[in-house]
Amino acid sequence: MLTAAELDALRLSLQVALVAVAASLPFAIVVAWLLARRNFFGKTLFDAIVFLPLVLPPVVIGYFLLVLLGTKGPVGGWLYDTFGVRLIFTRWGAAVAAAVMSFPLMVRSIRLALEAVDRGLEFAARTLGASRLDVFFNVTLPLMLPGIVTGSIVAFATSLGDFGATITFVGNVAGETQTLSLAIYSLAQTPDGDVAALRLVLISLVLALAALFVSEALARRVQRLLGRV
Amino acid sequence: MTDAVRRLRIDAAKRLGTFDFACDLDLPLAGLTAIFGASGAGKSTLINLVAGLHQPDRGRIALGSTVFFDGTTGVRLAVEKRGLGYVFQDARLFPHLSVRANLDFGRRRAASQADRAEVAFDTVVDLLGLRGLLERRPHTLSGGERQRVAFGRALLAQPRLLLMDEPLASLDTARKAEILPYIERLRDEFAIPILYVSHALDEVLRLATALVLVDAGRVVAAGPIGAVLTDPVVLRFFGGAEPGTLLFATVESHDERYQLSTLRCEGFALRVPHVELPAGTPVRVRIPARDVALALSRPVDVSITNRIEGAVEAIDAPADGRSAYAQVTVRVGASARLAVTITRESAERLALVAGLRVWCLIKSVLLDAGALALARGRAAQPVEPPAPAAANDGRA
Repeated sequence: MLTAAELDALRLSLQVALVAVAASLPFAIVVAWLLARRNFFGKTLFDAIVFLPLVLPPVVIGYFLLVLLGTKGPVGGWLYDTFGVRLIFTRWGAAVAAAVMSFPLMVRSIRLALEAVDRGLEFAARTLGASRLDVFFNVTLPLMLPGIVTGSIVAFATSLGDFGATITFVGNVAGETQTLSLAIYSLAQTPDGDVAALRLVLISLVLALAALFVSEALARRVQRLLGRV
Repeated sequence: MTDAVRRLRIDAAKRLGTFDFACDLDLPLAGLTAIFGASGAGKSTLINLVAGLHQPDRGRIALGSTVFFDGTTGVRLAVEKRGLGYVFQDARLFPHLSVRANLDFGRRRAASQADRAEVAFDTVVDLLGLRGLLERRPHTLSGGERQRVAFGRALLAQPRLLLMDEPLASLDTARKAEILPYIERLRDEFAIPILYVSHALDEVLRLATALVLVDAGRVVAAGPIGAVLTDPVVLRFFGGAEPGTLLFATVESHDERYQLSTLRCEGFALRVPHVELPAGTPVRVRIPARDVALALSRPVDVSITNRIEGAVEAIDAPADGRSAYAQVTVRVGASARLAVTITRESAERLALVAGLRVWCLIKSVLLDAGALALARGRAAQPVEPPAPAAANDGRA
């Protein structure tokens, strides 16, 4: 049904998106917590930086990443020299690009869920002998779950669809960084690529719808578990 | 549960916005100590300082030998280490856990310390009637059921002190009447002291063995409830509420012929219409101040059964001359003080002065409804909560 190349693109997209979401989730929770519960010097600036990828053109973000994480960049160079790790032209770099682009959406969703947690419940848990960490893992986190689930799925969908940051940072390498969006773009540029492009477009559509359905089902399930339905 | 009565010492001040709170209390904790006052008086501030939700600006809070807070040495004991149980007005059950898991939450975290209570899961579940609710989720429970689970959860945390912040305030009258007996059982069957915040006088009168009166961020009075409620300063504070006397008595005997019972108080006895309680049962008795008349000599040709001799201790009439009434405190029996409301005119006509021997004619004696229900229940298991408004009006 699907050609080998199409399967590759699909598999790569899924892999990149999954890695992007999984890797950024812990950071997103920490950042959401900092923004929701803590006041510190430079908080407004920090908040702005976190949400920059939502506001700036994706190509600009990609370019920043290239400058920073390319093998000649400050961080990228250090990574290459110390660990031999290279991000440009690799799927891991694609994951980084996707993660950065979807981070603000994940943080926003998690932060909203965190702010909705009843602090009175947290205090009740402390009167019952739970330390702050205990409270976070056994009361706060479970109650934040709907927001974490929603945020993850939104981030997943956004990661799947990223174009500008990916192509600018890691290029358009078939089989390595050519995710679905890049593949469709490339095919649309070639003379006889229309049919193939259309097939990929359909695959993207199916993926997006699947993500939506899963998101709805999961969210409802979690709400029921929390006794809100 | 171990040893001696623990003392709670609070000598602290706290400023919350424009509200200024300060107190200096040394309370022996036993039974149920009510913290009573109008809304906004500072009751919740007091209990939350003990719990650790707020830290005082200065001062010292200690429970027994454990220091919760000390401004000078910098000691600040974390909330979870204070060994308390807290019942909130809004239950605050964890929505993502079953009732059983909620009950276990504190129990699992209770450190085994020498001076902690030993409260068993089954005992609490049976006492509060939670057996059928264990596998349910909090959002499927009624308000009364949720509050009962909240009591159980706090108890099972093996607390050294139980804090309750207006636990019945969000319940309707019927639910309240249903839960009050459970609190009485908590008070009587476990040796865990309770600090009970309330602005409802009826709850306080029914439940409390000691009273702390709070007004405008200051403690106005503190002590055993009988003493506090006959304190003229406190009586004047109660304003709209019925002044009266709270006494502790024991059922002594029953008169089958006239269907009367005799209650033995300290140094005197009261006769009331028959109460269905065995001899030796302790009861709480309330005598509304308006239902007591005074006479200078022992009246013989009068229908009132309870005529108690005493001596006038104090006469309190507001100086502005606007009120028709005067509050008289009469010392009766060994150490009880009877609150009496009479007109100022009568007080002058009888030439009442401190030290004058008088006779108190008591027209009605109200019995603690809870004791009645509990005793009835003990005779016929299982116990069901009593109908509301079951005060036995002993008009004689």
